[in-house]
Order: sequence, then C-alpha cells, then structure tokens
Amino acid sequence: MFFQTMFTGVIALNCGEKMILGDKMKFADFVCFEATIPELQATDRDGVISELVSAIDKAGRLGKDSRQEVINSVIKREKEASTGMGKSVAVPHVKHPAVKDVVAAVGRSNVGVDFSSLDKQPVYSVILLISPPDNPDRHLEAMESIFRHLQQDKFRKFLRQSETAEKIEDLLREADENPSL
Amino acid sequence: MQAEENMLEKTVCETTVEIKNADGLHMRPAMLFVDVATRFDCDITVSRDENSVDGKSIMQMSMLAATYGTRLKIKTDGSDAAQAIEALKELVEVKMFDEPPPSEKKKQ
Repeated sequence: MFFQTMFTGVIALNCGEKMILGDKMKFADFVCFEATIPELQATDRDGVISELVSAIDKAGRLGKDSRQEVINSVIKREKEASTGMGKSVAVPHVKHPAVKDVVAAVGRSNVGVDFSSLDKQPVYSVILLISPPDNPDRHLEAMESIFRHLQQDKFRKFLRQSETAEKIEDLLREADENPSL
Repeated sequence: MQAEENMLEKTVCETTVEIKNADGLHMRPAMLFVDVATRFDCDITVSRDENSVDGKSIMQMSMLAATYGTRLKIKTDGSDAAQAIEALKELVEVKMFDEPPPSEKKKQ
C-alpha cells in the first residue's frame, strides 16, 4: 500500500513531464518523407531550394500552380537573412498560403552548398520548411523541433551520414522517440 | 587580486518579458535578439519554463518556440548585466522586434 502511494506520486510526476514532451511537435508530424532528397543535384543555394520545393510539390503538398511562387518566396526570404546557422546546416523557410499546414523536406548534399552561412562554411544538410501564414504558433513549434535536434552533434553527424531516403526517415523517426538524438 | 576585483564588479540581473508581436520569436526576431545580446560581455540566459538557452546562440533561441504571449525569463551575469537586460527588454516589449501585435496584423 505504502509503495503504491509512493509510486503513484512518481507516476503522476512522470505523466506531467510526458505531457510537456508530448506537446512538442515531432518530425513525423510535418516532414514529408516522400520529398526527401538524399543526394541533391544542385550545388548552389537557389538550385537546392528549387529542388526541395519541387519535391514537396511532386508529393502533392503544394497548392495548384504555386511551385514557382513558393521557390521565389523562399529565395527572397533567404536573401534577407541567411538561414545557414553554421555547423553545416541550413533551414530555409517561408510562410506561404500554398500550404494548409507546415510541411518540410530534407535534402543532403555530398559536395556542400554555399548558403552564406554565419560561419562561412558550406552546408551539407538542408531542412526546408513551408508554413501557412495564418498559424504562426505552429511554425514556431516546427522550428523548435528542427533546432532541438540540429543542436545535437550526434544528430547532425548521423544526418550527414544517411545516404538514402530510407535512412533519413529512420533517423528522423528515431529522433522523435529519443530526445537525446 | 585581479580575480577578486572582477568578482566584485560582477552583477546578476533578471527580468521577465512577454512576447507581444503576433508572429512570436521566429527566426528574424531571434536574430535581432542575438544581435543585441552579443553586443554585451555578460552571459545571457533565456528561459521558458524549465528550458534555459544561451541568449547569444541563434540555434538555441530558435528552440524556445516563444509564441505570442509567451513569458520568457532573461538572466544576465557580468559587468554590463544591467545595460544588457534593459536593451533586451526594450527590444522584446517596446520595439516588439519591429513587428506588429495581433491587433494590427489583422488589419494588414
């Protein structure tokens, strides 16, 4: 009886924690795995953006005839301030009515792309995010999820080493379950 | 002796700010925050609930997901702690990162 009471207390605490964690967005909630590009063909920033937006469009996640407009908006946003945060990653993003909910695509470059990053180093992993303009909170939650993992050395390293779309999806799904990744 | 003098100069300041622009602390405001923060020598920690991040790191600041209405605790530690906290509070609550609050955003 005594133990039961003690454990109930512990469990209640854990549930509270879990609820906080549970509120956080997962990669699987917004990453379009069909649009993953494990080996980007483009070697320049605008080309990479165009490839990833086109992949999202091909996966049927963009409004009709909005592909070029979205590409232009992402490039315009990128010119205002680089989303190359250093550590060989970039997170180009834009708010655009072509999507009903946040959607992201992951791309990997073998040769490295110049994103005018903060640390002036080439980018090897790109997560491109498009968010609807009328839901700023959801955009922030997706960004939080992206940076929570990109912040981890291990995650960045594994992402760079994942050579197929399947491996990238596995990594992202594993990261969803493992907060230390 | 030198170390002791430095210790005497050290100050710790703390304040709570509320995000007042409609779009919250997305990347552009986070960059503005980091720009202001890096002008100061003191350590700057920003906390949301139990999460604390380095106020001078754009990646870490983006992890706060501070939406409109979110309250953040800013803690500064160093010789220019007071000036830093004043500048950051003004950026968040007065300048609102040069962005509109929800009431004005709807009109746009």
